[in-house]
Amino acid sequence: MRLSVQDLSVRYGSRKALDGIRLDARGGEVLALIGPNGSGKSSFLRAVAGLQRHGGTVSLQGATREAIGFLPQDNGARAALTVLETVLLGRRRALGWRVPEAELARAGEVLRRLGIAALAGRLLGELSGGQRQMVFLAQVLAAEPAVLLLDEPTSALDIRHALALLTLLRDLTRQRDLVTVVAIHDLNAAARFADRIALLREGRLLAAGTPRTVLTEEAIARAYRVDAHVHEAPDGHIAVSPCRALDEAG
Amino acid sequence: MAGLSAASPETTWRHRSARRAAALAAGLAALAICVTLDAATGPAMLTPAAVARSVLRLAEDPMVDAIVWSIRLPVALMAVVVGAALGTTGAVMQTVLNNPLASSYTVGISAGAGFGAALVIVLGTWLPVAESVAVPVSAFLFASLACTCVWLLGGLRGATAETLVLAGIALMFLFQALLALLQFMASPEALQQIVFWLFGSLQRATWAKLAIVAGILAALAPLLARDAWALTALRLGEDRAAALGIGVRGLRLRALAIVAVATGAAVAFVGTIGFVGLVAPHLARMLLGEDHRWLLPGSALAGALLLSAASVASKTVSPGALFPIGIVTALVGVPFFAWLVLTARRAHW
Repeated sequence: MRLSVQDLSVRYGSRKALDGIRLDARGGEVLALIGPNGSGKSSFLRAVAGLQRHGGTVSLQGATREAIGFLPQDNGARAALTVLETVLLGRRRALGWRVPEAELARAGEVLRRLGIAALAGRLLGELSGGQRQMVFLAQVLAAEPAVLLLDEPTSALDIRHALALLTLLRDLTRQRDLVTVVAIHDLNAAARFADRIALLREGRLLAAGTPRTVLTEEAIARAYRVDAHVHEAPDGHIAVSPCRALDEAG
Repeated sequence: MAGLSAASPETTWRHRSARRAAALAAGLAALAICVTLDAATGPAMLTPAAVARSVLRLAEDPMVDAIVWSIRLPVALMAVVVGAALGTTGAVMQTVLNNPLASSYTVGISAGAGFGAALVIVLGTWLPVAESVAVPVSAFLFASLACTCVWLLGGLRGATAETLVLAGIALMFLFQALLALLQFMASPEALQQIVFWLFGSLQRATWAKLAIVAGILAALAPLLARDAWALTALRLGEDRAAALGIGVRGLRLRALAIVAVATGAAVAFVGTIGFVGLVAPHLARMLLGEDHRWLLPGSALAGALLLSAASVASKTVSPGALFPIGIVTALVGVPFFAWLVLTARRAHW
């Protein structure tokens, strides 16, 4: 399994949101997309998911485009749907007018795996933002994708649930040989859970590689205009401590 | 992420499905009662038992049979069929336009039908075909034309639900202005006819007309049923639906085409009937949620029930006189809708 992106570019009117991005992601690997707001992370995911007109090529080896599961950033949906109905929509292609017992069991299993089985009968509008985020992730996972594209999957979660979710994603990626690409703002989470990191700024790829090679004080200052202290945590992972914002001139 | 319920997802699903099936069954029972009352009500009052005996071919009085089978049943069943069509198309419009106020009124379909009917009434004497045929045909064609305009716009790249709603509202004003122009130019007799048509009436129903409307709707129902899951997904937003592999533009165009034909058929024979298409989906949504496998039949049932009840009311509000049903649905619909909006959980839009 391999996702290969060549010269990917996205335009919104005259503005270039992405410009000539080249990236590869392998099966069993979590690739974190980081970068400041407006750097093109969401545009990248939408383009790869096929939801955004783009230049360049996106190719998948070992899977079809239908095997891409995309979790958009917006969790605002307040439809009068229960959690289980929402998750079942991830299995839409396998459903007829009647829902087969096997599909029901499969959706229930995903809910249990994410620890939200007790929410199954609740309406989306009754959930917190974090709960909705988990439900939509369950919907994506229920489709059993070969490629996972997740746009800020932990943005509404507390640290405990964010940790649990990222651990689960990493485990699933390894177990099922998935290609997982996660846009994320938390640099420490990216350093801890991603095998590789791609750093974007203003639609361009500034750096790509292992957390240790990408998360340098110079790269963070250049991408984020932030003075940060990068050090090695006791468990061996890279840790980033932002110190102060630099002015725009650097 | 702990919740309150301890039941397994599968058990929760089965309970919810059972509750929904019970709600639909109760609605069907209420509809059967309403249709019986509708068939019993009129200048010659019959008892519901007499109607039931006649329907079951057990009546001994040929006069009762004649009243029930020739006059009352086509009207009562037309209320059911038209109400079901308006309720279903309202639900589809609210979903594809992502707007809780969408109905055949919102995108100018009813205004188009009204203009089409009025045009034939005004041109009546110059037409080569009988007015009784030309009016519904023209109403159908102009209702479809209004929806087709919105449909064509929806086919443009970049067209969003908001674009469609705005285009529909512009069309509504256009057809209303053209209708006002026709009314201004019409003779007093034609004007009276136009106004009566616009009020909406089930009394023009016959078995033949009923068969036409029911046949068209029966042909469309499986097409809509096929898209039930896709429509449900659309309620999560265009992006999420697209991420689930749904061609949103194609779905919207398919749904609007079905709405065009179904609404055109429904209003062609009975005139413009307001509020059923708006209220019925909200009622169904409150009771059944937005899984469209339940919402679409639920909206059909709620629409049928509302129009059937309005038909009974139109005959009993002023004893001996027939109150135009379009006025009844609006008079009952407005406060009912206000109650729905004020009391319902505002969690869904």
